[in-house]
Amino acid sequence: MASHFAGIDVGASATKVAVVDEQGDLQGHAVRRSGVDFAASAQEGFQRALAMAGLQAQDIAGVISTGYGRKNVPFAGASRTEIACHGAGAYFHYPQAITVVDIGGQDNKIIKLDAQGRRKSFKMNRKCAAGTGAFLEEMALRLDLELGAMNQLAAAAREEVTLGAFCTVFTGTELLSKIREGVRVEPLVKGLFRSVVKRVREMDTLTNLVVMTGGVVAHNPFLMEMMAQEVGREVVTTPRPQLNGAWGAALLARDQLT
Amino acid sequence: MVMPPIKATKQMKKLMEDHFLGLAKAKEEGNPKVAWCTSVGPAELLHAMGFDVYFPENHGAMLGATRMATDLIPEAVAAGYSPEICSYLTSDVGSYLAGQTPLTRAYGLESVPRADVLVFNNNQCREVQDWFMFYAREWDVPLVGINNPRVIHEVKESHVADVKSQMHDMIPVLEQVSGNKFDIDRFREVVGLSKQCTIRWRKVLEGAAHHPSPMTFFDHCIHMAPAVVLRGKQEAVDYYDLLLAEIDQMVQDQVAAVPGEQVRLYWDGMPVWGRLRMLSELLNELQAPIVSSTYCNSWIFDALDERDPFDSMARAALELFNVRDDDFKEGYVKEWVERCGVAGIIFHDAKTCPYNTNSRFAMPQRLSQELGLPTLVINGDLNDLRFFSDEQAKTNIEAFVEQLLEQAA
Ligand code: SF4
Repeated sequence: MASHFAGIDVGASATKVAVVDEQGDLQGHAVRRSGVDFAASAQEGFQRALAMAGLQAQDIAGVISTGYGRKNVPFAGASRTEIACHGAGAYFHYPQAITVVDIGGQDNKIIKLDAQGRRKSFKMNRKCAAGTGAFLEEMALRLDLELGAMNQLAAAAREEVTLGAFCTVFTGTELLSKIREGVRVEPLVKGLFRSVVKRVREMDTLTNLVVMTGGVVAHNPFLMEMMAQEVGREVVTTPRPQLNGAWGAALLARDQLT
Repeated sequence: MVMPPIKATKQMKKLMEDHFLGLAKAKEEGNPKVAWCTSVGPAELLHAMGFDVYFPENHGAMLGATRMATDLIPEAVAAGYSPEICSYLTSDVGSYLAGQTPLTRAYGLESVPRADVLVFNNNQCREVQDWFMFYAREWDVPLVGINNPRVIHEVKESHVADVKSQMHDMIPVLEQVSGNKFDIDRFREVVGLSKQCTIRWRKVLEGAAHHPSPMTFFDHCIHMAPAVVLRGKQEAVDYYDLLLAEIDQMVQDQVAAVPGEQVRLYWDGMPVWGRLRMLSELLNELQAPIVSSTYCNSWIFDALDERDPFDSMARAALELFNVRDDDFKEGYVKEWVERCGVAGIIFHDAKTCPYNTNSRFAMPQRLSQELGLPTLVINGDLNDLRFFSDEQAKTNIEAFVEQLLEQAA
């Protein structure tokens, strides 16, 4: 009998798949680039996650899709918004009143849940990509750095450069002028991280336990440390922050069917 | 399921056609003279003086709805008008500079009917004055208007006296341009007709208090046209009689504008003209009709009274939502939210219209607390679609409705 559930999170840059069992525990997962053919990426990610879990498609009782390309997953039984899925994913690990801060490739979300896991409010960032993964990617390019190197550089910085611009393009120009002034790269990267944290902070108040999720946090855990500093208390994350939306979608598929 | 269209729409289209063809004819014959008026300006006075009245904001909305705005705004920007000021202004000025208008396709008009006089009330915003000034310079025609007090909590006698005297001041210019003498009895008659129009328009909007709602905000955006451009004329009164009869029947038959409505919403702020259809389809699909809006309510002028036309018109101009302070506005929204059984409020933060945007001074947070209702702010614009992201708006609205349903369950 089909006893597993899948969540497919088709983000603007990456597609994440999670397969869970009846307890909601992760049995298989996959992350791949979304590319231009969302349906194909979803299918391929799904197959990989199934293989990892040692399951066949018929073992899956329900599939929920989410994310930017949520309507492009033909084999999903239903779709839910990222807001619902990220909330469900984080609440599974922290069943209490929480504020979920998701830093995605193209947008940021702040979702507040009460102690019962019911959503109280949510915010998504504006159209501009400042403060999102795309912002860090662009800046890595400007600084001629591997994206994966940024976390270590920020963490190693003993100083920090304050970057004042709001928009991605202006920040890029600001970076160049700092480099011309001879500023070292570590404090610059830390300054960039700070501006991500600041953009998130101004989206909403951060109440209760703050749970950070998303691919950007997965690859840059130092952002959590900085956020904790900003809010003046502990900030946590989920076991696989990048899979949080997909995992949440799988949990919603389970809840819908059980 | 697609709802049968509202039958009165046909008559409305005819009225709008007559309106524009009438204006074109007036220009051809040089008589009557044409006055341009702001949408909540002193149109009644202009009708009473014998002008044919043209409303550039109506043209602005058409530029938005046809999405011509996006191509035309850059023309005005290149001429020195910032892309961050009113996109009705920039699209309208751009349309003039490019020599293109949606009136050509819709009604066969080659151009907008040129103004003989431009009359504003800046009760709604400051941009209208600068907008009209462009044409006053361009055509060398008189510009007159009312500088209305703003951000007031209650309408005081001193405010009324001020606006009234400014209305009186305009009369000599209007007499000169129109060639007609001001006639108080004619003025009373027009104000009386405008009052009759307002009474009916209010009823149309209050129809949404019924469950299920026979009309949505998107229907209101279409059917408000006579209340804006034909108020003060018998045609508008007759039109709303027709529409109200149809609404009454729909209510009796329990016809729902959005079949299976699950939650009802309130819309604050300008419509996103170029995305009305997309938003309407999305909310249909989500079975979450927007039943009431600040915007469409803004053409209810309860104060009008033909017995005291100057005084009552001044009051109507001052009672306008845009003129009031946030405390008043919150009370107003609350009243309509309660009347219409609304479960959540969507605020549209229109990039280029701060005057009709009420989310920038924490009103959503305050109203949410006071009413115990969730609120959502979406970013966009009335005409400049470069400030609107379909995907962000869709996800936000879908997530909002999802939350409301979860709360209702
Ligand atoms: S109220 Fe807003 S949309 Fe209307 S004319 Fe003024 S700025 Fe433009």
